[in-house]
Amino acid sequence: MRSLQDSLAGAPTMPLKTGRAPGERRAAPLVFLILLWLSLAVAVIFLITLIVNIVLEGGSRFGLPLFTEYPSSSPDRAGARPAILGSMWVIGTTAVLTIPLGVAAAVHLEEFADRKHWFNRVIELNVQNLAAVPSIVYGLLALAFLTLVGVRDKNIVIGGALALSLLILPVIIIATREAIRAVPAEIRDGSLALGATKWQTTWRQVLPASVPGIATGSILALSRALGEAAPLLLLGALVFVSFDPNGLLSGFTTLPIQIFNWTGRPQEGFHELAAAASLLLLGLLLVMNGLAIFIRNRYQKRW
Amino acid sequence: MATAHDDAPMHLQAARNGSVADHVARPIMRVENVDVYYGDFRAVTDVNLAFGLNEITALIGPSGCGKSTLLRSLNRMNDLIEGARVEGEILFHGENIYGKGVDPIEVRRRIGMVFQKPNPFPKSIYDNIAYGPRVTGMKVESMDDLVEESLTRAALWDEVKDKLKQSAIGLSGGQQQRLCIARAISVRPDVILMDEPCASLDPIATMRIEDLMQELRKQYTIVIVTHNMQQAARVADRTAFFTAQVSEGSGARTGVLVEYGTTTQIFEDPTDQRTEDYISGRFG
Ligand SMILES: Nc1ncnc2c1ncn2[C@@H]1O[C@H](COP(=O)(O)OP(=O)(O)O)[C@@H](O)[C@H]1O
Ligand SMILES: [Mg+2]
Repeated sequence: MRSLQDSLAGAPTMPLKTGRAPGERRAAPLVFLILLWLSLAVAVIFLITLIVNIVLEGGSRFGLPLFTEYPSSSPDRAGARPAILGSMWVIGTTAVLTIPLGVAAAVHLEEFADRKHWFNRVIELNVQNLAAVPSIVYGLLALAFLTLVGVRDKNIVIGGALALSLLILPVIIIATREAIRAVPAEIRDGSLALGATKWQTTWRQVLPASVPGIATGSILALSRALGEAAPLLLLGALVFVSFDPNGLLSGFTTLPIQIFNWTGRPQEGFHELAAAASLLLLGLLLVMNGLAIFIRNRYQKRW
Repeated sequence: MATAHDDAPMHLQAARNGSVADHVARPIMRVENVDVYYGDFRAVTDVNLAFGLNEITALIGPSGCGKSTLLRSLNRMNDLIEGARVEGEILFHGENIYGKGVDPIEVRRRIGMVFQKPNPFPKSIYDNIAYGPRVTGMKVESMDDLVEESLTRAALWDEVKDKLKQSAIGLSGGQQQRLCIARAISVRPDVILMDEPCASLDPIATMRIEDLMQELRKQYTIVIVTHNMQQAARVADRTAFFTAQVSEGSGARTGVLVEYGTTTQIFEDPTDQRTEDYISGRFG
C-alpha cells in the first residue's frame, strides 16, 4: 500500500490535453443554457402573472354561491352551478363514449390488425393526423351529424359529448397504443406458451398491464376536452341555462362557455365571476394533470 | 425420406442423423426432415431428431445456428413470428403437430416452454401459477393444492409459501426462473422446452436449476438449448450438436444438425470433426 502511494507520489503529473482554451469550449453551451432558462422564465412568469391576476380579480367571488347559484342578470346573485354540472355531464358522457371505443380500437390496431394491409395503414395514418385537427372542425362534424339524424335542438349533452369524443378519440387511441406497445413481448410469449389464446393474453395480461398508461392518457385527453369551448359554441351552448342538466338530451352550458359569456358582459361584477370560474377550471385541470402524473410515476416500469 | 437437396454431404448427414434418432428408446417426439424458414430465409435445414420419454436432450452449437428457432418450432411458438414457416414433420405421440386440424393452443399446453430471460407475469406468485390452469380451463379440484404442488416440484415452495400473495417481480432472478418452471408444469405438460434457462443466472442459481431438471425428468421430457457445454455434459442424456453452414453461392447461413448421440458419445467420442472442434473449444 505504502509503496504504491510512494510510487504514485513520485510519478510526474501529466495534465490531460484539451486542445482548446477552456473559455472557447464553454461559451456556446453557456449561451444556449441561458437562452433555455430565459424562455423557461418567460413561460413561468406569464403563468404566475395570469394566476395572480385571476386570484386578485376573482378571489373574492370564489365561494359557495359560485357553486350553488344559477346565472342571473345581476352579477351579485349569479353563480356557475349549471355550467359546473353541464361540464360534468358532458365530460362524463365523453369519457363513457371514448374510453371503451378508443381502447378497443387501439387493441385491434396493435394486437389483431394485419399491419401490412392497406386499409389498416390508412387508418393508422388517419388516427395520427386526426389528433392534429383543430377542435372547431369536430364541432362542425358533430353539427352536421346531428342535422343529418334530424335533431332540431343541437345544444344537448349527447351532442356536446359527441363533438368532444371525436376530438379526443385519436388522443386516447394513440396513448393506449403506446401503453400496449410498452408491455414486453416476453409477457405475451409467457402467456401464449401456457396454452392461452391470443384473446385471453390480450384481455388478461396486456390490458391490465397497460391500465396505468391508458388511465394517464385518458385523463389528459379528458382534461383537454374539459377546457374546450369552440366546438360546443358551434352547437349553440352559449345560452342562458337556468336549470340543472339532468340527462343526455338535456340542454347545457359548460364552464369555459360560462367564462366566455361573463367576460363579454360590461359589468365589472361579471368579470370577477369569470375570474372565479377560471380559477375553478384551472384548479380542476391541475388536479387532473396531477393525477395523471401520479399514476404514471406510481406504476412506472414494473418489469 | 431424404429431401431433394443438392449437396451430397447433407444427404449423408441426414441419413446418419436419422439412424441415430431411431436408436432413441421411447421417443415422445420426432423431428423429421424439418426445415424452418423466416420468409425466404431458411434458418434451419434437414433436421432429424427424436426426444426420448423422460430424457433430457441438449441442443448445443454456436450462436445463430438455429437452436432457438428449432426449439420454438417444437411447440408452434414460431407461428407467432410473422413469416415463420416449418416444412417437414414434427410428431408428438405420433401425430404431426403441424397437421391439419391441430390446434396450436393445445400443442403449447402439452409442450411447455421456459424462456431465456425469466418472464414472470406482473401478478402475485399465486396468480402466476394459477393463470395457466385458469385460461386453459383445466378441471382443478383445489387451486391451492395445484399451486403448492407446482411450486414444490419446482423446488420453490419453501421459499415462497409465506408470500404467495406478493408480486412475483420481487423475487430474485433464480427464483423467478423456478417460478416460470412451476408455471410451465402447472398445466401438466408432457414436454418442457427450455431456451438457455440459466443464461441470466449466477452459478448458484444455475446449479439449483440443474438439480431441479434432474428431478423433473422423472415426470417430464426436457429439451434444453444451452450455450454452456459443461451444462450439457452435466445434465443431458443426449446431445445434438448444430452448426451454421455457409452456402457457397449466396453466403446465407443455415443451421444444420451435425451430430446427435448420447451425451457421453458426443463429448468423448465425436464422429464429426466439427463436433470435436467445437467441444474442444477450437471454434464457436
Ligand atoms: N424472428 C426472426 N426473424 C427472422 N430471422 C430470425 C428470427 N429469429 C432468428 N432469426 C435468424 O435465424 C437464425 C437462427 O437464429 P436463432 O434460432 O436465434 O439461433 P440460436 O438460438 O442458435 O442462437 C439467425 O440467423 C437469426 O438471425
Ligand atoms: Mg437462441
